[in-house]
Amino acid sequence: MGTVELKNISFTYGKNTETAHKALDNVSVKIDGGITGLIGHTGSGKSTLVQMINGLLKPDEGQVFLDGRDIWEDPKKIREVRFKVGLVMQYPEYQLFADTALEDIAFGPKNMGVTGEELDRRVRESARFAGIDEELLGKSPFELSGGQKRRVALAGVLAMNPEVLILDEPAAGLDPAGRRDILGGIKKYSRESGTTVIIVSHSMEDMALYCDDIIVMTNSRVFMHKKCAEVFSEHRELVAVGLDVPQITRIASALKGLGIDIGEDVYTVDYAVSKLLEYMNSESGQLIEEKQV
Amino acid sequence: MKSDIVFGQYVEGRSPIHKLDARIKIIIAILYIVVIFLAKSVSAFALLALSAGVFVGMTKISPRLIMRSMKSLVFIILFTAIINIFWMTGDTLLLKFWVIEIYLEGVINAVLIVLRIMLLIIATSVFMTYTTTPLALTDALEHLLSPLKKIKVPVHEFAMMMTIALRFIPTLIDETHKIINAQTARGADFSSGNIIKRAKALIPILIPLFISAFRRADELATAMECRCYTGGEGRTRMNVPKTATRDWVFLGCLVLLGGAVVLLNMYFPIYGLGV
Amino acid sequence: MNSIIKAENLFFSYPGDEDNKPVRALNGVSFEIEEGSFTAILGHNGSGKSTLAKLMCMINMPESGKLWVMGKEMTSDDVTDSDILSARREVGMVFQNPDNQIVATIVEEDVAFGCENLGLPPSEIRARVDKALSDVGMSKYARHPATDLSGGQKQRVAIAGVIAMKRRCIIFDESTAMLDPMGRREVMSIIQKLNKEEGITVILITHHMNEAARADRIIVMNEGRIIGDGSPREIFGDPERMWEADLDVPQTTELLYKLKKAGLDLPIDVFDVNTTAVKIAAEIRKKISERG
Repeated sequence: MGTVELKNISFTYGKNTETAHKALDNVSVKIDGGITGLIGHTGSGKSTLVQMINGLLKPDEGQVFLDGRDIWEDPKKIREVRFKVGLVMQYPEYQLFADTALEDIAFGPKNMGVTGEELDRRVRESARFAGIDEELLGKSPFELSGGQKRRVALAGVLAMNPEVLILDEPAAGLDPAGRRDILGGIKKYSRESGTTVIIVSHSMEDMALYCDDIIVMTNSRVFMHKKCAEVFSEHRELVAVGLDVPQITRIASALKGLGIDIGEDVYTVDYAVSKLLEYMNSESGQLIEEKQV
Repeated sequence: MKSDIVFGQYVEGRSPIHKLDARIKIIIAILYIVVIFLAKSVSAFALLALSAGVFVGMTKISPRLIMRSMKSLVFIILFTAIINIFWMTGDTLLLKFWVIEIYLEGVINAVLIVLRIMLLIIATSVFMTYTTTPLALTDALEHLLSPLKKIKVPVHEFAMMMTIALRFIPTLIDETHKIINAQTARGADFSSGNIIKRAKALIPILIPLFISAFRRADELATAMECRCYTGGEGRTRMNVPKTATRDWVFLGCLVLLGGAVVLLNMYFPIYGLGV
Repeated sequence: MNSIIKAENLFFSYPGDEDNKPVRALNGVSFEIEEGSFTAILGHNGSGKSTLAKLMCMINMPESGKLWVMGKEMTSDDVTDSDILSARREVGMVFQNPDNQIVATIVEEDVAFGCENLGLPPSEIRARVDKALSDVGMSKYARHPATDLSGGQKQRVAIAGVIAMKRRCIIFDESTAMLDPMGRREVMSIIQKLNKEEGITVILITHHMNEAARADRIIVMNEGRIIGDGSPREIFGDPERMWEADLDVPQTTELLYKLKKAGLDLPIDVFDVNTTAVKIAAEIRKKISERG
């Protein structure tokens, strides 16, 4: 389980030019295990933040700690940091290049110096987590369907056995079933391997279903960093900064306005159903008791 | 993320130079280049530098932006300058150090050659790339080359290819950045090892880039077909190039400038270029 | 009402090669699109919805079956290139990837591209381009390079390119799939405006249920067939069928459906958050007082 800590990070793109843009402004965050959702508008700084964590970008100010060590302590060892922090970029299927899916998945671990049986074991195991059929491994990645390509790209990063896994919009452009498969696979992987996972996404509804914690970013700063339920119970603040909240959260809020309070931390339909039935039973129970008195 | 390459990109503006007919601009740029190569004396170069300053001022594009476009050529500029300083001999010895002799002529020559390269960049960026949209430029080229259509040269197709190429350069640069980042994140190492190892390390970048370029080309072709594109036949243009008095005035100025340069070369040949 | 597109028993397969068998993408599809309507086509990836879009734009031709565009049969043997071209003048398409449909660097030059292909006089093109850009709210960016725009803005430019050609029908082939929520909202509101105010026939291919819920009619596709065709109320009123086709329903419908299954007396076909809450609150009160 990897621990990521960012302390007072600031970063500006195109410094000293007319188009300078401050992407991160004194950001401090600590992520310690589980699945964390990173939410914010385009340009809120979330993509910059994840590139900080695996050392693709170097902060102008502040420090990035991985398992308690400053990753820029020795800039020559930054490659080792990248082995520990796996990054699956947006639309990762466009980075496939090898002759077979198997070879493509093996690219990362090979770069780390993994060979022989260990390499084979890792490739097959990560392919299993990503939900790729064994028979597809021998095929050219370019013959696969869009969803399969995405999984091969994901497996390629899983095979590096990262301590921290970052995914930028892993479900972008997929249909509902594809979203469920890939996000469900990531959740299972995180639970079984104990890997710390950070998912960047626009979709509050997906985040509600798959994350433990949520970080909300606005204007290059961290706006909120809380447990999932707590974040959604503050849905008014989210709406105020222009973010979507799940329909179900808004329904629960409207119900509260109508005098039926099932709490405001509702963010899945099944939870709402059970809370509503529970409310109905306890209220009618109360009425009966009142009559008995 | 914006690409950091600015060389050859249109800068929005409404200056007199922006408004020139693109065809005339191409002719002016070519004339300007010829005149720059005609200049041989310090006096002629001084006049050209002055004219370049005036033109840059007219475009209202910040000189910093123009200087930035030279950044990518700094190496070539320095290289030519150094060669000239050390290798050229003359009459006035300035410095003698071991086997190295530096002559005044060499220094002046180096300065003038550097100036010439810079002027060439200014000429093309001020009259073409910075002030003319890529489409206007390729359209103008199509117009100027249209006589070639008579001998079955596919001028329209050539111009359309140029338009699309210019349109996709920034997109592909962005894409390259993304792929490099993705492969770096997978532990690819582009900066160590011998030449063969480094060349091999480029494969994971080049293959996805080519595949993506082909995919884009394919989708673009479909999109163009859907927008009723059937080749150059029967096509009209929104912006029909029209020449105005302004165009002829500018062209006249360039001819005068050329004449002045030739005269200065003849009558004030102070430290002429040895080329 | 006139039908703008009519399809009868369309079949289509993608050719295979040595390693792969041909893939059947459409398995007998029939439907009719009325002029001025707003139809959403839902289906998971590979259900045949994009193939259908390519047939409607005549990028591909069906293997068998008949297709009419504006009353002209496109699948008959004597159809000419100029027939296809005139059909394309009426039916336009906006694609998924905003980057791969913009031809010229500068926004207004790209919007003009289609009109230039139609051979219109320059002054007419100018007027249409200005109007189209103001319709999509992009006049301010007319002279900007398109590559500097956001995804949503690029799609708006692409839409302007289509409406400048004064087409009567626009097919949006997952045009919002690559956009962020903001871009999606921008594009959706323009699509609705074009349909309601300009009377343009819209066919929206998507897998976002909330977008489909805004249409007048939804066609659901699965495995190359139409498995559902009706108003959003009818389609989402049957969540089981949607789940079977690997699709979702809006959360309002899902909640109402699950409460109904638990014994509450509720309608399922409501998409509005407040109405849903009101209906649930009333029903729960009723149940409580009944039991009490």
